[in-house]
This record gives sequence, C-alpha cells and structure tokens, in this order.
Amino acid sequence: MAKILAVDDSASMRQMVSFTLKGAGHDVVEASDGVEAYKIAQGTSVDLVLSDVNMPNMNGIELCAKLRTLATYKFTPILMLTTESTGDKKMAGKTAGATGWIVKPFNPDQLLTTIKKVLG
Amino acid sequence: MSVDLSQFHQVFYEESYEGLDAMEQGLLEMDVTAPDDEVINTIFRAAHSIKGGSGTFGFNQVANFTHVIETLLDEVRSGDRGLDQNTMDLLLESVDCMRGMLEELQAGGEPDMTTPDQLRAKFEAILSGESAGDAAGAGDGSAGGAGDGGAGDGADGGGEGGDGVGWLIEFIPEPQMLQTGNEATRMLRQLNEICEGKMAVTAHVDRVPGFHDLNPEHCYLYWHITVNFPLERTAIDEIFEWVVDDAEINISPLGQDVESAAAPSEAQEAQAPSETAQVVDIAQPQVEASAPAEAQAQAAPKKAPQESSSIRVDIDKVDNLINMVGELVITQSMLGELGENFDMAHVQRLQEGLAQLEHNTRELQESVMKIRMMPISFVFSRFPRLVRDTARKLDKQIELRMIGEHTELDKTVMEKLGDPMVHLIRNSMDHGIESPAERVANGKSETGLVELKAYHQSGNIVIEIEDDGAGLNTERILRKAKENGVVPQDANLSQEQIFDLIFQPGFSTADVVSDLSGRGVGMDVVRRNIAALNGSIEVFSEKDKGSRFVIRLPLTLAILDGQLVQVEDQIYIFPLVSIVESIQYKGSKLSNVGGHNDVLLLRDEYVPIVMLNQLFDIASQEKPLDDSIIVVVEADGEKVGVVVDELLGQQQVVIKSLEENYKKVDGISGATILGDGTVALIIDVSGMSKMSANHTPAQSKNVKPHKAA
Amino acid sequence: MSAAAQDTEQIEQPPQEGVATQQYLTFLMDEEEYGVDILAVQEIRGWESATLVPNSPTHMKGVLNLRGTIVPILDLRERFNLKTIEYTDVTVVVILKIETDKGSRTMGIIVDAISDVYDVPLDGIRTSGIADNQNAHFMKGLVTVNKNMVILLELNNLLTIDD
Repeated sequence: MAKILAVDDSASMRQMVSFTLKGAGHDVVEASDGVEAYKIAQGTSVDLVLSDVNMPNMNGIELCAKLRTLATYKFTPILMLTTESTGDKKMAGKTAGATGWIVKPFNPDQLLTTIKKVLG
Repeated sequence: MSVDLSQFHQVFYEESYEGLDAMEQGLLEMDVTAPDDEVINTIFRAAHSIKGGSGTFGFNQVANFTHVIETLLDEVRSGDRGLDQNTMDLLLESVDCMRGMLEELQAGGEPDMTTPDQLRAKFEAILSGESAGDAAGAGDGSAGGAGDGGAGDGADGGGEGGDGVGWLIEFIPEPQMLQTGNEATRMLRQLNEICEGKMAVTAHVDRVPGFHDLNPEHCYLYWHITVNFPLERTAIDEIFEWVVDDAEINISPLGQDVESAAAPSEAQEAQAPSETAQVVDIAQPQVEASAPAEAQAQAAPKKAPQESSSIRVDIDKVDNLINMVGELVITQSMLGELGENFDMAHVQRLQEGLAQLEHNTRELQESVMKIRMMPISFVFSRFPRLVRDTARKLDKQIELRMIGEHTELDKTVMEKLGDPMVHLIRNSMDHGIESPAERVANGKSETGLVELKAYHQSGNIVIEIEDDGAGLNTERILRKAKENGVVPQDANLSQEQIFDLIFQPGFSTADVVSDLSGRGVGMDVVRRNIAALNGSIEVFSEKDKGSRFVIRLPLTLAILDGQLVQVEDQIYIFPLVSIVESIQYKGSKLSNVGGHNDVLLLRDEYVPIVMLNQLFDIASQEKPLDDSIIVVVEADGEKVGVVVDELLGQQQVVIKSLEENYKKVDGISGATILGDGTVALIIDVSGMSKMSANHTPAQSKNVKPHKAA
Repeated sequence: MSAAAQDTEQIEQPPQEGVATQQYLTFLMDEEEYGVDILAVQEIRGWESATLVPNSPTHMKGVLNLRGTIVPILDLRERFNLKTIEYTDVTVVVILKIETDKGSRTMGIIVDAISDVYDVPLDGIRTSGIADNQNAHFMKGLVTVNKNMVILLELNNLLTIDD
C-alpha cells in the first residue's frame, strides 16, 4: 500500500495509471504537469513518483531535478514514463536524478510489475 | 489483475481531438520563416500524446502513423530540421488523417489506411532524404517498429544462461547511486526472487570510510553474488538496467572469466527493442478482438458524431453554483421556520423571504445556464482552416477576421450552429467574394474579407457573417425564381422578398453546381436548423458592396422568451422571436378570399389570417372580433396573422415536453408551467401555419383578393 | 357494462397464507367498482381544470402540472363510452405511472370517487364473462371481494394515446 504521485498531461493516461494502481491497493495523487506536481510534492511526501516526460509548463526531466532538491524527495524513487527509449533521453533523465524509466506504451500489468521493482 | 482499458477510450478520444485541434491551430498560426518555439513544442506534445495514448490503448495503426510525425517534429523542436511550407501542408493533412482514423475507431470500425500510408511514406521520404541524426535509430527504437532491431539474442561474448549452471555477478555501485532513488537491496531482492533463493551474496565493506568521513547519503558497500540457477542473462540485465551508469556490473557465467563492463551496455541496447516488441504484441490482440465484430456489423462505418457527451467547466463556475445553492438553502430554512408557526404578523417577513427566494432562484438559474455556456471560439476555430483550404480551391484571396470569439453560448446550441455557419461561410466565399482580378477591376483590394462577429444582445447571441464581395444579385435571383416557378412571372417583389427567396428549398442561382455550394440544398436547411434552435436569420446585401447574414439565437434551448396570449379561456405562448408585429383587428384591412379565410393587407403584403380558436377547436365564447388582436408571426419565411383575444405579458418560460407523457401535437412545440401552476402550451408557428393551410382551402399569394361587398 | 355471470365463488374470509396477492386500489364509476394495481398509483388529486390540448380525442381532458411534469388527463367514463356526468367535489383524478417499452409514462384518469384498497389473490382473477364487453381490452379480469365484483383494469391498454 504505497502512496504514488502520477504526473501526465494526458487525462486518459492519468486515469489508466490511477485506476491500475488503485486497483492494486495503492493510494494515487494525480497532477497534470510538473508545476502542479511540484506544488503537491512540497506539501506531501510519497513513496513513488511516476512522471511523463513531455508536459507543458514543466516537463518530467525538470520536475525530477526539482524534486531532488526537496529534502523529502532526495531518495524517493522517480520513474519516467517515456516513449523515447533512445539513449540520450534516458541520460537526461538519469542526470536529473531519475531512478529509472518505464517505456510507453505499457499495459497495466507491466506498470504493476515495474513498480514492484521499486516498491518491493 | 486485468484492467479493462476500454473504459479510458472515451477520454482518450476526446483529448486526442483536442490535441489535433491544438496541432492544427498551431500549424495555421505558424510563420514558416520564424517558427515560434512554444508553438512547435505544443504541436510536438500533441502528436506525442496521441502516439503514447494510442499505443497504450491498443490503437496501433494510429500509433504507427503518429510515430513518424512525432519523429519529424522532434527533429524540428531540437533544431535539427527546419520547417517548410510543404512539410506544414503535409502535417495539416496528417491532422485530418488522424482525425479520420480516430473517428473510424470511435465508431467501432477499422480505419482505412490508404491515405495514412501514403502520407507516412511521404514523411519517411522526408526523414530519410535529409536525415538529421539517425533516422534508422528513430525507426528501430520505436514501439511501432517491427521490433526486430537487434532483437535480444543475447549479448555478444556473453553466452546464454550460463549453460544451465549459474552466474557470477559483481555489483559495485558508485557512491552517488542512492541519489537517484535506487536501492541495492531492491535489486538483490529481485534477483533472489527470480533465482528462487538459489544464490549466495557477499557484502564487502572495505570501502566504508571512518565515521567522520562517512556520508550517510553515499553507498559504500558492494556485493559479489553467486547465482546457482539457470537464469537468462537478459533477466539479470533487466534488474540492473537502471543503474548501469551508476555502478560497475560484471556478469559472467559460472566458470568463465569476468567480462568487461562494456558488454552489459550493448546487451542493454539490444534488450530495449525486444522489450518494446513484446509490448506491441501484447497490445495487438486487444485491437484485433474488438475490431472484427464491429466491422461486420457496419457496412459503412459512419463518422462518429463530434458531439461529445461531456463538458469542461471552469472551476469558478462550479464554485459559484455551490455558493448559490448554499444561499438557497439558507433562504429555504428561513422560510421553513416562518412557516412552522405562522401568523399574520409575520406576513412582511414572509414576503421578504419570498423575494429572497426569487432572487436566489434566478441567480441559481443563471449560474447553471452558465455551466453549459462555452465560448464560441470552439466553433469559430474550425474556420481559419476552412477558409484557407477553400480559398485555395477557389483560387481566391480571402482573409478571415473573427471578432468576439470569447462570446459564450450554450454548448448544444453551439454544436448545432457549426454546420449552418460552414455553409454560410462557404457561400460567402464561393458566391460573394469575387476573383482577385474581378475585385481589382472593380477598384477593390485583391484580398476579399470575410468577417465573423459574435456578441450578446438582449438575452440573445447574435452572429454575423459579412463579406465585402459582390452582394446578392437580385436580378439573377428573381430570374432564377421565376424560371423555377417559385414565384409567378409577373410577380413584383421588394428587395427583402427577393433576398428571402434564397431560403427556398432547391433554390440556387449558381449556373454550375460547384463542389462547394450551389447544389441548392443549403440555405433552406440553414434556416430550418436555426429555427430548430428557436433562432432567426436575416440577410442584408448591397450590390458590389457585400452581404451580411445575421443569426439570432436564444442563449439556451430549454428556455424561451415568450409572448403570452389569451384565446377564449386558454392561454398560449408564442416564441417572441417569431413575432413580427401585433395589430388591432379593428381597422385592419381584411379581405375575403374565396369566401373562406380572411387575408390581411399589411403594407404591401397579403398575409393569411388564422383564427386560433377555430384551428385549435376551442369552444368559442362569441366575443366580437373587433376587440381582437392580430399577432403577425413568421415561420419559414411565410407570414401569418393569428387572431387572439388579448395580449398578455411577455416572459421567459421553461420549455417542458408534451411528448414525454402524451404525444407530439400538431401546432404545439411544447408546454410550460405558468406562475400560477397551470400549464400553457407553446405554439409551433411553423406547424400551426401548415395546419392552417390544410384546415381551410389553400391560400395562394397569386390569387388576387377581391374585397367583400 | 353488463354484470358478469352469477358466480358461486365468494371470498368471505381473507386469503390464506402463502397465496400470492396483489394490492388494488378501487374506485367507482357509474356504480361499478374498478381496480388498478396499487403500485402504479402515484397519487390521487381532486379535479382541477386542465389545459386543453388542441385536436385531441374527447376523452382527453387536457394536461396538468404534476410537480413540473406535464401529465395528460383522461376521462374514464368517456373512454368507456359511459354517459358523462358533471365533475363534483368528490370527483377524483388518479395519477398512474406505467412502464412501457419506450420508458415510463404518467397519466391521470378521472373517476367518480375512490373506493378502497384490496388484497386480491392472483388465482381469484377470472377472465371469463368479459370477452363480449366492448371495453374488454381495457380489462385484466374480474374478482369478487366481499361479495362485490371488481373489474380489474389493464393499464397498458388503457393508458394509450391512440384511440
């Protein structure tokens, strides 16, 4: 039973991720871009952050870097949801401090399997 | 656990359509010579989202198609590629293409891939023609690709599965590994799981510094792991894939030498495509299963109607609504209390309370109506594209100006307004605006102007479509009308009457039926559609100066501005918008036609008279006709004078359905509940006209009325 | 409306336990007692004048406002081709709601006066003796309650709009 922050500008993705995670018994907080997510993070800590990369206002990479500056988020697992599986985007994520990534498109089961890696 | 993804489809479709609109708008706004970064990003994100979502939800054809576009846009946004007019045009076409595919999918059918495939080929040509960066890489690294880019057959020099024996793993994290949120214990635990506990781990502490130099946020431990289990090399790689750059990982089959750290990263690369290939397969069956059933059922899959059943509401409007309801509750409890032990001494408080109630109710009504209100920009936004494409087809230069896009109106009204407006704009462009040469010859600028205006006026929304073209050619219209027998040969019509002719069914002055308009099915449908919204349309025009169409619509469908009238002992309501004028019966110039119905001479027109009490079969109280009022109403361009006893007030009425528990009644469009709780029927002017025509011998404008003796 | 043939079955004691019953609201019209399924009864109102609807059948007396819904009101005497009477203070409108395949429909019927509520055993409803009645298609059957004969009405046929 973990608390997960799900960030994606696509409502359908947010809904799918939220539904899947809640179905597995987790608590989900949603945000539609980096700015919203950062604001939420300042107010509460979570066990895992799932974030899309391409978002308006503040993208996933920027969000990741900003979250790492918060004391409560220094070691929180942050996974990037990305379709860009080529090398340099992953590097950008790692440099910003991301824990790992999930490649889009993914189905609900893959999502659950991957977060298990991180939540145990 | 299996999640039914189809529950998210509707949201996906809606946001994708919005994304496509954003793409289209961005592309239209974009200046090819000086592209705006923000706009490019917006366009990229739209394509990216659609690709991601369509892949996730199993719409692989869309995903594959969108992938090419996303790749192209990615190059543009990173500055590796410039934009040219040709590419932009292709992108605009692809927006249409994607819309079409989504609509077909939404309707439950399979998208027709002919156009998408053609477009995709063109994009691929562009990408490979002057490939900036590795186009090959772009193709392989995608989920949509055949997924055979170096399918993980195992890394070179690695061998597979340790030949059924096991592995020796050296896991040496760099100190800062923890700062990415990664934890060694997780990885070890995972490893333990997949090898079913058959492993031995040795933790090495020799890197741990003295207490004073110890940084609690660093990782000093490292591990040597012996796995005594036939694992696939890829399984191990997967566990450590995230920390490949933050740790030294040496994996060797038991019994072999330790490998260099270089190999794992290659395995990494090879592994990624196979992972994605797997994803494609999983997603595939979903689409296949659902598609055939639907495809069978529909011979020609219809385009899913664009009307969505949800609405986006500003949170302020919702807050406002909540406040209104709160106040209503307070008023209600106050009145309730008064009613508990009421005595006449409190009558003033009661009246105040009731006045407060009226105020609350009105505010609540307005508040709720506002929720359904959306800015007209939603329908205006289609037009820049329409004008651009149409102007091109017609070889004309036309500028579109839009004013008042923020003007709000009811969502349903707006959705039904789209088609009539498209027709009117096309009309203006086709018949109104002249060719550049003609314009110059007439001393006008080369570029014609079509202006759309929207504004509120006394409880209605007014939309104007104006062009500075040739104006309506009254001679041609009259001639065509006489040719088609719509008016008699010797008819002498006023300019207004001639303008009105264009709304007749089947009417068109176009000599050649053009692709766009000119089939003559348009204008009468336009007027009918607007009438169905309880609205009206007028046309003004001046030769060589231009034409202007003015549409008036009520702000909402459920509420009507009505004129109450008394007929015998019954009260009826006329939609205010249908009333031309009201005159006294006495002193009106009435004549008999064929001994039956009267006809009223109203300035230059002959207007048939309808006795409402006769038409509706109401018991007559035999009042003298002289005291009656004639309400002249208009429907379908025809005027009718309705005789009523008295004009009562005007008020806004809520339209209630008669058909819900009864049936559709000729001449009646609905009912409402008056302040005293009684029911009053709302007259369907058009229906009533028809009833009247059938009720009595046919009236014809052509017959010359002769005065009764 | 001819009375049914003499019947020998008279239910004097209340129905036995275990026998399926249905409750009927009964009303009077022209000295006959009629019953409608009580579950269909929404409310009972006194008669107030309704708004006429143009060109409707004579038994359609108009529409009433029922808390915001427009409800048509039928005169049952006219529907049954009985002689009509003046509406009095005890004239009553029974508002009925039925489910059809097109959804639910609410209509009112004007009757002389309300009578009673009975528990009618389902096996006590007889259909013989009504077939030759001109209004047979409005009737579900006959039942005898406390020596009185009650004509049970078939609402789906009664509350139609076409004549």
